[in-house]
Amino acid sequence: MSGQPAAVLGVGQTSHRTRRSDVSIAGLCREAVDRALADAGLALTDVDAVVVGKAPDLFEGVMMPELYLADALGATGKPLLRVHTAGSVGGATGNVAASLVQAGRHRRVLAVAFEKQSESNAMWALSIMPPFSMPVLAGAGGYFAPHIRAYIRRSGAPEHIGALVAVKDRRNGSLNPYAHLRQPDITLESVRSSPMLWDPVRYDETCPSSDGACAVIIGDRAAAEATQASGRPVAWIRATAMRTEPTMFAGKDHVNPRAGADCAAALWRRAGITSPIDEIDVAEIYVPFSWFEPMWLENLGFAGPGEGWRLTEAGETQIGGRLPVNPSGGVLCSNPIGASGLLRFAEAALQVMGKAGDHQVEGARTALGHAYGGGSQYFSMWVVAATPD
Amino acid sequence: MTEVAVVGFAQSPIERRGDGTTSGVEMLVPIFHQVLAATGLAKQDIGFWCSGSSDYLAGRAFSFVQAVDAIGAFPPIAESHVEMDGAWALYEAWVKILTGEADIALAYGFGKSSAGELRRVLALQLDPYLLAPLWPDSVSIAALQARLGIEAGLWTEKDMAQVAVRSRAAALSNPQAQLYADVRADDLLDEPYLADPLRAHDCAPIGDGAAVVIMASAERANELCERPAWITGFEHRIDSAQLGARDLTTAPSAAGAGRAAGAGRVDVAELHAPFTHQEILLRGALGLGDDVRVNPSGGVLAGNPMFAAGLARIGLAAREISTGRAGRALGHATSGPALQQNLVCVMEARS
Amino acid sequence: MEIGFDYTRSLGPTLSQFMTALAGRRILGSRGADGRVHAPPFEYDPVTFAPPAELVEVGPQGTVTTWSWAGTPLDGQPLARPFAWALIRLDGADTAMLHAVDAGSPAAMRTGMRVRPRWADSPAGHIRDITCFEPCTAPAPGREQAPRQEPVAMMTTPVRLRYEHTASPGETAYLHGLAAGRLLGQRCPACGKVYVPSRGVCPTDGVATAEQVELPGTGIVTTFCVVNVPFRGQRVTPPYVAAAVLLDGADIPFQHLVLGCDPGEVRMGMRVKAVWKPREQWGTTAENIECFQPTGEPDATYESYAHHL
Repeated sequence: MSGQPAAVLGVGQTSHRTRRSDVSIAGLCREAVDRALADAGLALTDVDAVVVGKAPDLFEGVMMPELYLADALGATGKPLLRVHTAGSVGGATGNVAASLVQAGRHRRVLAVAFEKQSESNAMWALSIMPPFSMPVLAGAGGYFAPHIRAYIRRSGAPEHIGALVAVKDRRNGSLNPYAHLRQPDITLESVRSSPMLWDPVRYDETCPSSDGACAVIIGDRAAAEATQASGRPVAWIRATAMRTEPTMFAGKDHVNPRAGADCAAALWRRAGITSPIDEIDVAEIYVPFSWFEPMWLENLGFAGPGEGWRLTEAGETQIGGRLPVNPSGGVLCSNPIGASGLLRFAEAALQVMGKAGDHQVEGARTALGHAYGGGSQYFSMWVVAATPD
Repeated sequence: MTEVAVVGFAQSPIERRGDGTTSGVEMLVPIFHQVLAATGLAKQDIGFWCSGSSDYLAGRAFSFVQAVDAIGAFPPIAESHVEMDGAWALYEAWVKILTGEADIALAYGFGKSSAGELRRVLALQLDPYLLAPLWPDSVSIAALQARLGIEAGLWTEKDMAQVAVRSRAAALSNPQAQLYADVRADDLLDEPYLADPLRAHDCAPIGDGAAVVIMASAERANELCERPAWITGFEHRIDSAQLGARDLTTAPSAAGAGRAAGAGRVDVAELHAPFTHQEILLRGALGLGDDVRVNPSGGVLAGNPMFAAGLARIGLAAREISTGRAGRALGHATSGPALQQNLVCVMEARS
Repeated sequence: MEIGFDYTRSLGPTLSQFMTALAGRRILGSRGADGRVHAPPFEYDPVTFAPPAELVEVGPQGTVTTWSWAGTPLDGQPLARPFAWALIRLDGADTAMLHAVDAGSPAAMRTGMRVRPRWADSPAGHIRDITCFEPCTAPAPGREQAPRQEPVAMMTTPVRLRYEHTASPGETAYLHGLAAGRLLGQRCPACGKVYVPSRGVCPTDGVATAEQVELPGTGIVTTFCVVNVPFRGQRVTPPYVAAAVLLDGADIPFQHLVLGCDPGEVRMGMRVKAVWKPREQWGTTAENIECFQPTGEPDATYESYAHHL
C-alpha cells in the first residue's frame, strides 16, 4: 500500500443504453454521481476534489467537457483534473483519485468517468486517420482481431472459447440492472451463428457502443470510518498500478503485452498477493471482445501462458466458479468507452462491499479491477478488499 | 508533507509553424535529452511520466499516444496523461511522488496550434447546447472580459499595450521566444483593433512548442540540481463555466489557488496570461505587489505553446530560483475560456 | 483535412424546456437557490449544484453589459457580416447571455444599450432560433405568432474543423520513397531494428532514426483479420483482408490489405508481394501500393515470425 489508506465509500452508475436521449451530457454524469453520493450518504459539498475521465473528445464534439461540467459535477471552487488514457481512462481516473487521497491531499475525492457516444458515432471517431496512412483500420475490432487470431494460434485454444465468454458475460448482464445488453437466453449456438465482423470475431462477441457514466467516491481512513459508522460498508484500496508501452514497436507482444504483465506484477506485489488465482475472489477485467478473457487471464497471471482458455472452458470464470470474471457482464454488455474502466473498478468494489445484488459473488472479500486502452498499451488496475489489510 | 523540488526544465523554441507533427514527438525528443543530460538521469530513472495535450488541438483522437514514442517507453513505464495543460500533468506527477510510489517524476506538455484554426477550436470548450453552436471564438470572449475591465476602471488600453511592450522587451533575452522586439505603447495603440477592444498585440501569438519539467523528492533532489526549487504550495481550482453568471473581471479560482498555495510573498511570477488585460487581472487576483517581477521570460504573449505554456511558466519560475535570481517564485497556469480554471505553484530556494 | 460530424445532442429536462420555449419565441431562465435568475438557465446551480426548482420567462428584451467587435466573422458564427458579440442581461434576469448583436458598426454599440432578439423564420428549438439580437432602436419586425411547438428533446449541431497535418522528416522520406516506387525504412542506431514505415524516432529508445534502409516489396503475413463490416469513412468494400505484413528485412509488420485471392485462403505466414498501382497514379502515399498478393511460395514457419505477434 502506498501512502495513506484509501477506501471506496460509494459507487454509482447510469443505466447504460445505446442512446440516453432523456439526458444531456451533464444529466448523464449526474445520474451516476447522485447515485454514488446516495450510496455513500454524502452530498456534493462533502467532496473536496473531482477527477473526470473520458476518452476522445471527438466522440461528443465537446473540447475538454469537464470545463462546461464544473457546476454539474459540484467542482466549482474545487480542484478538477481530467485524465485521458484512451480506453483505460476509467481505470486511470480511479487510480488518480485514489492517489489524491493516498497522498494526503484530500479527505474525499469524486471520480467520474463517462461517454455519450450517441452524440456521434464511435467507429467514425476511432477511424479518423490523418493523411499519409493507409486506410486499412476498421475501428477497434479490426485492430484487435488479428491479435486474437494470433492468440488462438499460439495457445491452440479451441475455436468456441470466445463464444463461451460471450454467453457467460451476456447472461451475467441480465443479472445487472444497469447493463446495456441483457441477454438471458443467449446460447453458444446463437453466438456462433451470429455474423462474422472481423474474422475471427463475431457480432455477439463484440462490445456495444453505449452512453453511460460511472462515479466512485474515495475517502481517507477518517472518511471511511465515518461511512462505516453510518452502517455502510467500504471497499479498501489495497493497491493500484499503471503501466504504458508504445503502441507499436519491433518485437511487441500484442497477445501478452509486457506492460500488462508488468502492471499486474507490480499490483500483486503491492497488494501482498503471491497466488492471484487463489487469493482473488472475483475479477472485473476489460473484455471488449470475448477472446480477451483468456488472453488477460494469462497476462494477469491467473493462468500460465497458453492456459487461460482452460479456465474459461472449465466454467471456472462463471459466477460460482473458481475465479468469477465479469459477473457484471463486463464491457461486452456495456461500453461507454470513457467509463468502462471505472465500471470495472467500481464493480470490483461493489463485490467486496457485498452490494452487487443479483450478480454478487458469495463471500467475495478481495477483488481485481482492470482496464486497458490504446493498442494494448495502457494498463491500469486496482485491488480492493473488505478489510484494510 | 513529503518535500518535492523542481530539478530540471527544458522547452523547445516556440515557432509560428514548426516542422514537426501533431504528435509532438519531434519537439519532445531533443528536450527530453536536454533535461535528462542536465540532471544526469537516464530514462529508466524516471519513476512516473505524465503528459498534457489535447486531441482537438491535434485534430485526431488519441493524439497523445504517439508522443510516447519520444520517451522510448520500453521496458514499460508508469505513465499517465491529462487532457489539460502540462501544468496539471505536473500536479498529477507531484501527487504520485507524495504517495511514495515514485521519487523522480517527469511532466511534459506539447501543442501544435498551427495545425488547426485555434480560435475556432477553442469555441468547442464552451457549453455545447447554448454557446458552442454560435462559435464564439477565444479572442472574442477575451475581448468581452477586456471591455468589462476597461469600463470598470480596472485597466486601460494603454495599460494593456504596456504589458505587450514589457513582454516583447523581456523576450529579447529569451532564446525560445517567438515574439521579441523593442516597441512603444503609442505605436502599438495606433494599430487597428483585432476584436475591439483587443488589438493583435493584446493577444498571444499562435505557435507550436513543448516543455518538460523534472521533479524529485528530497532524497534525490540535491544530487540532481545545485539549487532545487522546493515546492511549498501547489493548488488549483475551477470556476463556473457560465460566462454571464460570474464577474469576469476577477478570477476567483486564481485567487483561491493563490491563497492556498501561499502566493503572497514571492520575488518573481510567471503568469500564463494569453491576453494583456489578463496579466493585470491575475496580478491583482494573486495579490502580487509592484515589487514582484512578472514574466521575465516575456510570458505567453511572447510565445504560447498551447498545453505546454502553463507547464513552461512553472519551469521558468523554477529556473529563476535555480539560477539564483530569486528566493521565492510562482508559476501559474490557466485553462478554459476567460481564466475559468487556474493553477498556482509556489517554489523557494533553500541554502 | 476536414473533420466534420453533425452531432446529435439530447437535451435533458431543463434544456428541453428552454429550447421548446425558444421555438415558441419565448426565453426562459432558471431561479437559483440564492434567488438570482439565470438566463440562459443553468442545468445545475453554480452554488448549490442542484437542478433548477423552476424556470421563469425572461426578456425578450435586454441590456448589453459588455461587447466586443467581430470585424472578420469566422465560419459558423451567427452573421457573415461584421457584428458584435455581447453579454446581454435579459429583463427579469440577473445574469447575462452571450449572443451576437447586429449593430452595423462598433459605433452603434455601447454598454447599457437595449437590444431585442431577432427570431429565425423557422424556429427549430435551438439557440440559433435567435438569429442574433438587434438594437431596440431598429425598425420593429412584423411579428407572427409562432405555432405551438411539439416539445423539443434533441438538437443537432454541425462541427467542421480543418487541420493541416505535417509528416515528420522520417515519414516524409518514406512518402517520397513511395512516390518513387520504393519502400524505405529506418534503422535505429541504438537497437538496430528496422522500422517501416519510418517515423523518425525509435519507440523503444526515444532516439532519432536516420539510417535509411531500402526494403523489397516481398514479405509475409504475420496475422490478419477479414473485415466484413461496413462503416462510415471506410475506403475499401468488405469483405477484405486487413493484414500485418512483415516485409523481408523489416523488424516490425505494418498494416495493409491482402487482395487478389479469396479471403478464406489467407493464412498466417503466407508469403506476399506488393502490387503497385500504375505509375501515373502515384503520389506521396502508402496507397501507391494497391494491396499485397500471395506469391504462391511456401508459407514461413510459425517459429520464424512468432516473436512478431
